[in-house]
Amino acid sequence: MKKMISGWSLIKLFTLLVYIWMFTPIIAVVILAFNPQQFGSFPMEGFSFQWFVKLSHNSTILEAFKNSLVLGSLTAVFSTAIGVPAAMAFIRYEFRGKEFFNTLLIAPIMVPEVVLGVALLLFIRWLQQPKSFAMLLIGHVVLTLPYVLLIVQARLVGIKREYEEAALSLGASPLQTFREITFPLLAPAIFAGMLFSFTISFDDVTATLFWATAQNQTVPVKIFGMLRNSISPEINALGAVMILLTVSTPLLAGYLSRRFTRGIDK
Amino acid sequence: MKEKTWRPWLLLSPSLTAVFLLLVVPVCFVIVYSFWLRAPSGQDIPAFQLGNYAKFFADFFYPSILLNTLRVAFETVILCLLMGYIPAFFFYKTESRLKPYLMLLVMLPFWISFIIRTLSWINILGDSGLINHLLLKAGLITSPLALLYNEGAVIMGLLQYLLPFMILNIYVSLDGIDKSLAEAAKSLGCTEWQAFREVTLPLSMPGVSAGCLLVFVLTCGTYLPPMILGGPGNEMIANLIFKRVIGTLDWPFGSAISVILMLLLAIIVYTYNRYMGINQIFKSLSNG
Repeated sequence: MKKMISGWSLIKLFTLLVYIWMFTPIIAVVILAFNPQQFGSFPMEGFSFQWFVKLSHNSTILEAFKNSLVLGSLTAVFSTAIGVPAAMAFIRYEFRGKEFFNTLLIAPIMVPEVVLGVALLLFIRWLQQPKSFAMLLIGHVVLTLPYVLLIVQARLVGIKREYEEAALSLGASPLQTFREITFPLLAPAIFAGMLFSFTISFDDVTATLFWATAQNQTVPVKIFGMLRNSISPEINALGAVMILLTVSTPLLAGYLSRRFTRGIDK
Repeated sequence: MKEKTWRPWLLLSPSLTAVFLLLVVPVCFVIVYSFWLRAPSGQDIPAFQLGNYAKFFADFFYPSILLNTLRVAFETVILCLLMGYIPAFFFYKTESRLKPYLMLLVMLPFWISFIIRTLSWINILGDSGLINHLLLKAGLITSPLALLYNEGAVIMGLLQYLLPFMILNIYVSLDGIDKSLAEAAKSLGCTEWQAFREVTLPLSMPGVSAGCLLVFVLTCGTYLPPMILGGPGNEMIANLIFKRVIGTLDWPFGSAISVILMLLLAIIVYTYNRYMGINQIFKSLSNG
């Protein structure tokens, strides 16, 4: 018995160490962002907001932020707009080649981003089209579509078909049924899918490096460019801002979706 | 509802069109392009020849990058497994009220920018990073250790990116195991460790192998960690593709390397699918 307890405490200790290992670098970025020193490294020499102030005057970063937000939002809207109907088709209908098409739509997850990057760029070049914002956007939609599908399908399986059938038998059209029954029940998953696509799009570096032009660079691509010189305190400050933003988003979303579903249950 | 056979196709058409036009067709283009010739003028000439592939295997330079990629992927999988199984097992066993929060914490890095997480290791491993700073201060070393810009640093970055995938995959598998099975084994005289080894561990293998495959495939295609944390000798296959396509604009050769990478991953995924079934991965992904 005693041996079991010590084994369990070793497991706990190891888990704790993994947590520490995982979060130390992230916490270090946030702490160093407040270091007034020139080189953005240890030791800490006081506490200052100067790098955040400097960041807020950096027009190229602000421009990149705007690009990222617009791109991420549009990606989220488009990929859920085409992903939700596809998920409906896979879960609610029987048809030939269903397995095959489902795998095909999830395939972008398994294709390395570099290859996706090369492939789309090559295709666009063959069509003799210049790189553009539209191309970046459709690229990101393909990149995020599998995640939307997986999330929405998983939720859709859990929604009883009887609800929809009841509405249909009472004379509602399929579209009405979707709007009045399926959509409200599916809303949390759609929301999660949008959030996921937004984050993936906002976060993407590799494929975006291939697709972005000088005008529509995103924040991560900008950071990548800044890193060529070496890590500066400004990057740490930018990192701190992004960590704060991205950490608060899912927490906020979790809170909102809980309120959302509670409203539906009533 | 069943007689309207066109309806699922209507619902599917936007997604299928998008994936077909933007993934299937472009990937076919990559394959076709990999047989083309590159003229000295920089023009690409349609052809069917294996010169680009021959060039890849002509001397040891390019294959060594491929081997490098495979070695890093292998090391990352092993370390991820060692570091991931125990926390996943902890989540399976614990009855703490904090469990949902602890799991949320594991998921948190998913939401934090990949590039920030990668570059954050510079603050830890760099010459004036946390480790060297502490060691210097403690007087254990007199000059900073070279911890950055080597394979170890690249693997650190990869591990931090991939560990949550591994933990979740294993956890999903463990979570489906009836706890009374291990209890039964123990009541029949097994020790705690034997019950784990004979019952729980084998039943968690689907999650373990799904996690390993995912980590391996994602590592093979990785671009950022070797760029940011690696030195000149730590190039991986994705870096090579990027350099050939964007750097030297050698599209046919870049395409050929892309095809080699895809073939390699296809063989691995196909082998895995034959023995394990690919759906396990999607199951864990949709849970995450």
